[in-house]
Amino acid sequence: MGRLIYLDNNATTQMAPEVLDAITKAEPVVYGNASSMHTFGREAGKLVEDSRKNIADLLDCDPSEIIFTSGASEANNTVFMIAASIIQKRGGGRIVTTTIEHPCIMESVKYLRTKGIHVDQVPVNRDGRVNMEALEKLMGPDVVLVSVMTGNNETGSVQPIAKISEMAHKCGALMHTDATQAIGKLKVSCRDWNLDYLSCSGHKFYGPKGVGVLYARKGIPFEPFVHGGEQEHGRRAGTYNTIGIYGTGVAAKLAKENIDEESRKLWAMRERLREGIIANIPNVTVNGCKERENCLPGTLDVSFENVEGESILLMLDMAGVAVSTGSACATGSLEPSYVLLACGLDVELAHGSIRFSFGRFNTMEDVDYVLEILPPIIKRLRAISTR
Amino acid sequence: MDSFMAQWVYTDTVKDHFMNPRNIWNKDENWEPEAVGEVGSLACGDQMRVGIKVKDDRISDIRWLTYGCASAIASTSMMSEMVKGMTLKEAYNITPDMITKELGGLPEHKFHCSVLGDKALRAAIDDYLEKKGLDNPYKKSVARILCECKGVTDQMIEHLVATDQAKTLEDLQRLTGFGTGCGKCKERIAHEFEEMKHIHGK
Repeated sequence: MGRLIYLDNNATTQMAPEVLDAITKAEPVVYGNASSMHTFGREAGKLVEDSRKNIADLLDCDPSEIIFTSGASEANNTVFMIAASIIQKRGGGRIVTTTIEHPCIMESVKYLRTKGIHVDQVPVNRDGRVNMEALEKLMGPDVVLVSVMTGNNETGSVQPIAKISEMAHKCGALMHTDATQAIGKLKVSCRDWNLDYLSCSGHKFYGPKGVGVLYARKGIPFEPFVHGGEQEHGRRAGTYNTIGIYGTGVAAKLAKENIDEESRKLWAMRERLREGIIANIPNVTVNGCKERENCLPGTLDVSFENVEGESILLMLDMAGVAVSTGSACATGSLEPSYVLLACGLDVELAHGSIRFSFGRFNTMEDVDYVLEILPPIIKRLRAISTR
Repeated sequence: MDSFMAQWVYTDTVKDHFMNPRNIWNKDENWEPEAVGEVGSLACGDQMRVGIKVKDDRISDIRWLTYGCASAIASTSMMSEMVKGMTLKEAYNITPDMITKELGGLPEHKFHCSVLGDKALRAAIDDYLEKKGLDNPYKKSVARILCECKGVTDQMIEHLVATDQAKTLEDLQRLTGFGTGCGKCKERIAHEFEEMKHIHGK
């Protein structure tokens, strides 16, 4: 196998060597149950608490406001169930969210609707950003929770979370953001944004898989999603994934230290690829955000006219480049990416979309290699296409 | 192998036909077909166009173009190799199963890609017979009965979908009465209806 280039960092990232090193050293030694009273337990507990501090530092909140979960999906589910529970207790109320959230929220919305919970989904503009006028119209005293993702996993569009948080609080609603894609790339601050809940996941910023983080502001309504033991002060049951949590803490520390440099580097690679694609391949559409301040710096989503995305993905894969697509063929359904359709993209273009997502371990040479192999791939597929 | 992993495993034959597709309708070749068939649409994510030449009731040459995923491209390529030299009758009766088998199998959720290839070929043969003013003795012969109580076939469903008479499953039930007998066919027909809508870009 020749050169292998990983450009699917929004799906998951490679663990940072510092993280791998730390957990490899801790794994054989620290195996106690972090809830146990004895030395083994206390050693494990210390790693968990150290990690909690690092994460609170990164998210700009108090360590007591951090709850460890199995992933961002669980954290997001927890918040939506809390809101549903409030609505049920009050005998009324609404949740307001968007049409481009991660599937764990889209599916929670579907599920809660079957239970009679009212959920409104605000549309987004062509650039993937929330239509603020439509959002304003959806606000009202009966809104219990507003949940808007910080940065979108497909288009990279970033939302004005501080502004939306202000709107939510003005009508007495709780504010949640799924910041999974933004951590380590944008400065995320629970305090500055005045958030009530935030979700994220360690494996998107070079930590191990299987650890999620839920920030819940002190004194805010809370109900556990996983019932059982008294871990996390009764907010989330289950034996601590000590090593995973420890690794996430190390990753959080690195994320905080590297954020500016990393952001700059990701944006430079993204822009070089974008410019190169536009210059070398006719009939392409860049999806989502345009200006740097409204973009996740490492995400580039492009549609290639008259070519189907899965074909492009596989040809790139055979040439050693890993990307993802919003084509229906890749989802196993007949519908392409709901995020791209929500942005108003034509169905045909959604089928021909490819997402390149950069990470810390990519280089400018990677970009150049993609720019070398991609134009002939598109040309080849267009030559056998019906159009 | 479990089904989750199998979703993304293509056989070497599929990969070969995807990377080196046979009988491509190269626009520079100035190849003139005697008949053409087309199914699918860009909006649905796959579209196929098949051109044929016929000599002594046999397919003497074939070219095709496909907008679609790897399975769609590989299926059409394999189909084009299989039918060369076949009589029109043999070619008309080629099934997705036969194409899939030659490819060494397709992931389960990719099966419908192979359906499009043989449909495009049949459309081309229909076009040929119509142009020559010949009877089409094959059309009926491959109809599959899906609702035994009411005698509803796949071809009836296809016709009603293609001509916009059945836009919804309710339309189809009103027009054919499927599922009003024993009711066993409901799921099967709902699936066929969705497939036909997909193939005809409805």
